[in-house]
Amino acid sequence: MKGARGTKGEQAMVPRAEFASYYGRPVIKPPSWSATDIAGYFFLGGLAGAGSVLAAASQLTGRRRTATALKVSSAAAVSCSAAALIHDLGRPGRFTHMLRVFKPTSPMSMGSWLLSVYGPLSGVAALTAVTGRLPRTGTAATAGAALLGPAVATYTAVLAADTAVPAWHGAHRELPYLFAASATAAAAGMALVAGPPGESAPARCAAALAAAAETATDRAAEHRLGMVAETYREGRAGTLLRTARTLTLAGAAGAVLLGRHRPAAAASGLALLAGSACTRFGVFAAGVASAEDPKYTVVPQREEH
Amino acid sequence: MTETTGTTGTTGTTGTTGTAGTAGTAQAGDGRERVGFFTDTSVCIGCKACEVACKEWNAIPEDGLSLTGMSYDNTQALGASTWRHVAFIEQPARPAPEGRTQLPLADGPPEPPPADGEFRWLMSSDVCKHCTHAACLDVCPTGSLFRTEFGTVVVQEDICNGCGYCVPACPYGVIEQRPADGRVFKCTMCYDRLGAGQEPACAKACPTESIQFGPLDELRERAALRVDQLHEAGVSDARLYGHDPDDGVGGDGAFFLLLDEPEVYGLPPKPRVTTRDLPAMWKHAGAAALSLLGTAALSFVLPALARRKRTS
Ligand code: SF4
Ligand code: SF4
Repeated sequence: MKGARGTKGEQAMVPRAEFASYYGRPVIKPPSWSATDIAGYFFLGGLAGAGSVLAAASQLTGRRRTATALKVSSAAAVSCSAAALIHDLGRPGRFTHMLRVFKPTSPMSMGSWLLSVYGPLSGVAALTAVTGRLPRTGTAATAGAALLGPAVATYTAVLAADTAVPAWHGAHRELPYLFAASATAAAAGMALVAGPPGESAPARCAAALAAAAETATDRAAEHRLGMVAETYREGRAGTLLRTARTLTLAGAAGAVLLGRHRPAAAASGLALLAGSACTRFGVFAAGVASAEDPKYTVVPQREEH
Repeated sequence: MTETTGTTGTTGTTGTTGTAGTAGTAQAGDGRERVGFFTDTSVCIGCKACEVACKEWNAIPEDGLSLTGMSYDNTQALGASTWRHVAFIEQPARPAPEGRTQLPLADGPPEPPPADGEFRWLMSSDVCKHCTHAACLDVCPTGSLFRTEFGTVVVQEDICNGCGYCVPACPYGVIEQRPADGRVFKCTMCYDRLGAGQEPACAKACPTESIQFGPLDELRERAALRVDQLHEAGVSDARLYGHDPDDGVGGDGAFFLLLDEPEVYGLPPKPRVTTRDLPAMWKHAGAAALSLLGTAALSFVLPALARRKRTS
């Protein structure tokens, strides 16, 4: 036992939250998911989903090259994320079992169905854009992918939050907005990297809006989490999230101020992409850290009422 | 001990209010009663017969033979290959209530009160709670986890694809992936034995009836009596855990009588099935998706407006 009962007569240097535990062992099981697969999937899903939205809007406003680039990146990202999801299964050969049932209480089930519709749509959108064939089909697929894209980008927040993991469930109200902002930043970054500077005005604007939104939701999440917010500030998660903030803000600033110049636009775009990836890996690491320490399970539950 | 084929109709708790998001409400089927475990830790002697019987009956593989230094607990926690886990807690003895610390186990003279510096041992055999609103079952995307006709929660091993979602979903840290296998495993309340009208192996093996198996309603009544009895005997620490159908998981199918706070035994003090918040989460996800669309729209409109202003 640790905490209140076990440390009688001992004077802690820093006042610690009073709590008891069973030999300091975690109460819940941390996710067994690999960070590369699942945090990577959160990032790629966001990039794909938000990318489809920017692609459709680019096409609508005559920014053809940016639209095509984003369609290709979305199709590639969603393919990689499907591969990551299957790779992470304990029994990859059984991935089709995901579509055995349609289960609204399982965000993973809803996500599987969503991806099984969105994936082909984004693939068709990319193929038709690259080959120039079947323009009508291409437009329909582009529109469909743009409608489902935002859901692909945000449902992953629900997937993480619908668990007993304190750092995720505790922020279940803020996480979808954080993921939406991070996804927008990534897609804007991709547009800056892959699109011509002449078409990049919307991407630069989106980068600035996304960076602002990410900063605000990040704050709100930490505020809501109370003591569990430590897991967002300390250790690996803290390093990743600080890096994410720096990269995202630098990328957005670079995009707004220097985005008209090709090398600066590309550098800003890369910073935005890397920042978005760091955000997802950071949130993932915070969740694991919060699950591994019984303090984050016991103290908030005790503080209820 | 108890017939499981009772005909008294369903006793499982049906959907209580405020559980809009949950799928797997415990309700025994086929006119069977919902069955469960009542684990009375005040009579547990830490013999681990339940752990052994469970391993033997369910043919669970060996999962480590290390010495942990955690009192007599070398099993450490529930997991894929540990479906019963006996916790051992060493505590300084509490001041004797009204001159006695012995728990009223049996007739006979009470033991003399402990001398200063003596310890008390808390022992508790932990198990899957077979929650009324089971998070593991709710989030399982393959339908592998299901609610049986006995109101228990069981993994279908031929369906599970090892997605691992149920693992962090369980508020008690029960279900786990077996690394070499990839799939998840946990207590089935001896589904095969229940089907044959037998009680689970752990309850059968328990020499002190610390693990009691039976219809859940009956167990709840028995537990309430037992806790009153202990309070009258001066054991003011005695409390029930997981017995309340109004708690965060709608009550446990396996509940406990504890002699200290739940977290001392490694149990969450106020577990909650997170699917209860799922409607709210979907709402926020929907709003966030709209905000993404809005941000994108703004990003195309704002530069256009700025350009128009500049040119005009
Ligand atoms: S204790 Fe965990 S594994 Fe058991 S039924 Fe409840 S949620 Fe599922
Ligand atoms: S690991 Fe198996 S039992 Fe658990 S949620 Fe996934 S498919 Fe269901």
